[in-house]
Amino acid sequence: MTNQHAAPRAYNRRSLLKFLLPVAIIVGWELLAIWLDNPFILPRLESVVAVLLTPTADILGNGSLITNAATSLERVLTGFLVAAAIAIPLGISMGRYGTVHEIFDSLMQLLRPIPPLAWVPLALAWFKIGLVSMVFIIGMGAFFPILLNTLDGVKGVKKNWIETAEILGAKERQILSRVILPGAAPTIWTGLRVGFGIAWMCVVAAEMMPGTNSGLGYLIISAYNWGQVPVIIAGMIVIGIIGIGFDYLFKAIDRHSFSWRELER
Amino acid sequence: MTLSIEHLTKEFGKNGQEMVQALADISLEIRDTEFVCVLGPSGCGKTTLLRIIAGLERPTSGRVQIDGTVIEGPNQKLGMIFQDYSLYPWRTVNENIAFGLELHGVPKEKRHRVVQNYLALAGLSDFGNSYPHELSGGMRQRVAVVRALAVEPSVLLMDEPFGALDAQTRNMLQRELLEIWEKTKKTIIFVTHSVDEAVYLADRIVVLSRRPGHICEVIPIDQQRPRDRTSFEFARVRRHVLDLINQKCSFP
Repeated sequence: MTNQHAAPRAYNRRSLLKFLLPVAIIVGWELLAIWLDNPFILPRLESVVAVLLTPTADILGNGSLITNAATSLERVLTGFLVAAAIAIPLGISMGRYGTVHEIFDSLMQLLRPIPPLAWVPLALAWFKIGLVSMVFIIGMGAFFPILLNTLDGVKGVKKNWIETAEILGAKERQILSRVILPGAAPTIWTGLRVGFGIAWMCVVAAEMMPGTNSGLGYLIISAYNWGQVPVIIAGMIVIGIIGIGFDYLFKAIDRHSFSWRELER
Repeated sequence: MTLSIEHLTKEFGKNGQEMVQALADISLEIRDTEFVCVLGPSGCGKTTLLRIIAGLERPTSGRVQIDGTVIEGPNQKLGMIFQDYSLYPWRTVNENIAFGLELHGVPKEKRHRVVQNYLALAGLSDFGNSYPHELSGGMRQRVAVVRALAVEPSVLLMDEPFGALDAQTRNMLQRELLEIWEKTKKTIIFVTHSVDEAVYLADRIVVLSRRPGHICEVIPIDQQRPRDRTSFEFARVRRHVLDLINQKCSFP
């Protein structure tokens, strides 16, 4: 009996522990804000909460938190889907066919270390200010994690799985769709999760490019120009929450659909 | 069904320099519905022999013919069962068994009927919707066997299929395999390194020597089935096989 009770209590104590630091920071922040008494550097907590609690209210004529978040999400989804649509087929081909790997590998190795934001000037020169530029930068951010994980996933498909399919009479197309794709799917999914996270970071940066006039990135830059520190902080919190939310969603689908990966061993 | 292996050799190249000979001049006729065990020490090339018969590897010289056609790639007439079962972990037992039928565009209702038959044959009727990781090793290998049978090959190639199982499960699966063999009238080529297993199962035992593997002895086992491992007769045959191997093939 004692043991049965001890375990959950220890667990509770540990889960309380992870709230300790955030609470300490909030209290410290509030004390510091009162002491500084300068809302342009550190606003009081309540002013940030006030912004967060009115997510549909217009902010500085730029639309509300929600409309700007929706704009950012739309952009990130577009860039992310374009990246996935190129990276997954390319990764599967590179993993399956040696020639394709030889052709693309050196180019990919060369482009991979370039941070997505280093593409900003080129994107502006090529596509001008607007959606295409942003989609390009977001896509660049999402592309490589998806590509590399897809490649890894395809390489991790057991040789026996493929040979079994060949012996049972599978054609190449069927091997790709029924063995390699499902076999690599858990790792591809990891790539999509990581890729989405990076794409989300890139959209905020892309929206800070000159000439942009919507999105969460634009909102916080514009709030800075107007000296609205509570809006900056509220915007950052929304960015963080949306990021965590998607990560959680990806992980939940992973647990639900790809649990065989862990149980296989 | 006729299967003939003619002067088969296999060499593996190490980066184009030193060649390693895995198989040396193997010739063997396999009769219809025969149960042949290929017995040999590890590294003698018995798996390579099986993979060449399956069409997964090319011989360096010689050829394998089934019903008069030279085997040049995977062939519907040959089914293969690997030691690690090689089930698709993202598919249920039903879906694993149906895999080969799906590839050939067999309609859903027929697939369902065939799968139910083979599930029953494997004694797994209650596990159709389970995933491989929910099954024991013995159950997984049963699924692999009926998955191979579902596309109706005439020959089953088995690469140390029970090698990863505990002794009791192995004995049980050997017994079940003989029942399936008698029911379905397949020809079976079964690779093993266990003399006991070979004596229990085979019509003929083909003993391979150390690398480069060549056939050093073919031993017919005439004993009636089911064979009783604890009987004096079984011990005598087993002793005879071991003696032949010791004298002629120089490995225990």
